[in-house]
Amino acid sequence: MFDPYKVREDFPILKRKINNHPLIYFDNAATSQKPRQVIEAVKEFYEKHNANVHRAVHTLSMEATELYEEAHEEAAKFIGAKSMEEIVFVRGTTEAINLVAYSWGLHNLKREDEVLATLMEHHSNIVPWEILSKIKGFKVKYVDVNLDGTLNYESLKEFLTPKVKLVCITHVSNVTGVINDVKTIAKLAHENGALVLVDGAQSVPHMPVNVQDLDCDFLAFSGHKMLGPTGIGVLYGKREILEKMEPFHGGGEMIREVSFNHETRRCKISWNELPWKFEAGTPDVCGAVGLTAAIRYLKALGMDNVKTHECDLTEYALKRLKECLKVTVYGPYDASLKCGIIPFNVEGFNSHDVALLLDSYGIMIRSGFHCAQPLHQKLRISSSARASFYIYNTREEVDRFVEALKEIEQTL
Amino acid sequence: MNANPSLGEYIARIEEACGEEKDIIVHFKYEKKDEAIAKMLKKARIEKTVAGIIFDLTYKGYSIRLYNTGKAIFKKMKEKSQVQEVLAELLL
Ligand SMILES: Cc1ncc(COP(=O)(O)O)c(C=O)c1O
Repeated sequence: MFDPYKVREDFPILKRKINNHPLIYFDNAATSQKPRQVIEAVKEFYEKHNANVHRAVHTLSMEATELYEEAHEEAAKFIGAKSMEEIVFVRGTTEAINLVAYSWGLHNLKREDEVLATLMEHHSNIVPWEILSKIKGFKVKYVDVNLDGTLNYESLKEFLTPKVKLVCITHVSNVTGVINDVKTIAKLAHENGALVLVDGAQSVPHMPVNVQDLDCDFLAFSGHKMLGPTGIGVLYGKREILEKMEPFHGGGEMIREVSFNHETRRCKISWNELPWKFEAGTPDVCGAVGLTAAIRYLKALGMDNVKTHECDLTEYALKRLKECLKVTVYGPYDASLKCGIIPFNVEGFNSHDVALLLDSYGIMIRSGFHCAQPLHQKLRISSSARASFYIYNTREEVDRFVEALKEIEQTL
Repeated sequence: MNANPSLGEYIARIEEACGEEKDIIVHFKYEKKDEAIAKMLKKARIEKTVAGIIFDLTYKGYSIRLYNTGKAIFKKMKEKSQVQEVLAELLL
């Protein structure tokens, strides 16, 4: 197991004071903080290796290309992909899902088809499908969620008819932290002839994820939620599926050849090989370098240890929150069912009040719908405050959070 | 950013918060927060004060919760422009 106090030493931002209190950063589901190792990797790239990638002739370009390709390799190994050809770099989870919608969905979904999502999806796994359904005429259906925030597997089985061509499921809810049994869902979906797109934004940073074990067809995740820079994320796709897909964006890098035919006066284009076919234009090379450093940092800690640490904090926080008489926690109390995310409300305050009050104690949490309005509607809550943990959070911070909440409870 | 240049003296950001409540959150500039708070406390009606940290205010039928850290929540507002109008009356 790692020592979170040692880990903290790598995160310069955690030395800050906010409103005269030491910073407690409990907004990790929104984005994570960055360790020195990532910040230095980014700095070193710009100081020593910066150049555009691919078709490299000069030394710097070759170095940058090697670093960029190495990042694909590193990401592939991290999630157990068969090869780096299955790793497409995008801006983040949102772009990854949109890529699947437009490169796969646009060409494969027909009017009579259905896409199955769930009521616990982040808006980024709902909106692209709703937009595309307007163009293509297919239906988007939503699997129900139980009142404790867990997925209703009976509802899933009911909705999983032969009309369903794609199941879009979040691995971990960004509101309740509930972990979905994606492996079983993928098995059910495949038996039914549907592909499975897993939103891994909240799972890949916090627990071991192996795409071959899950047998998902696509997995989307964001670098910034796993210690990496903003602007870099990953779409994993099974090679045989990516190969058949059309490109997403058109431009440089994603083509092998653009030849002009003088007779037809048109350009004939052939696509580049995987994964470059999906990476048009100059990519976020520096972001990729930062992502490599982030992945190496997490690997050194061990993803099993990351999960254990967060599970311990969650269990401890859930236990201590019971002392706050006006606090209602949503989602399951069994920490083994979830990752380190705790949604709650304080009686007499709305969620933004709670976030602003905690801010005055130097505690950063998020408030609102967390881009998951349908789940809030289902749980019948107008909005929620959300504390979310990561590798550098400690029980001592949870204690201060609970003590602050107790004081807040007494202010009204 | 703020459309009104003189309001911009006081306000760092105005954010539309999500949630059914349709609240709008105003972050005052750090160096101007005490002045802004004093002005708002003078012009608006103080309904309740909690430990000198929170002030529940009403002004022309609007409910505002003001924090001594330099933030304010305008409750149940429709648009940012509405908040800007109220702030202009309170601060300028
Ligand atoms: C479950 C989930 N999916 C998707 C996203 C979107 O990620 P990004 O904004 O990095 O594209 C988030 C971000 O909060 C998320 O939590």
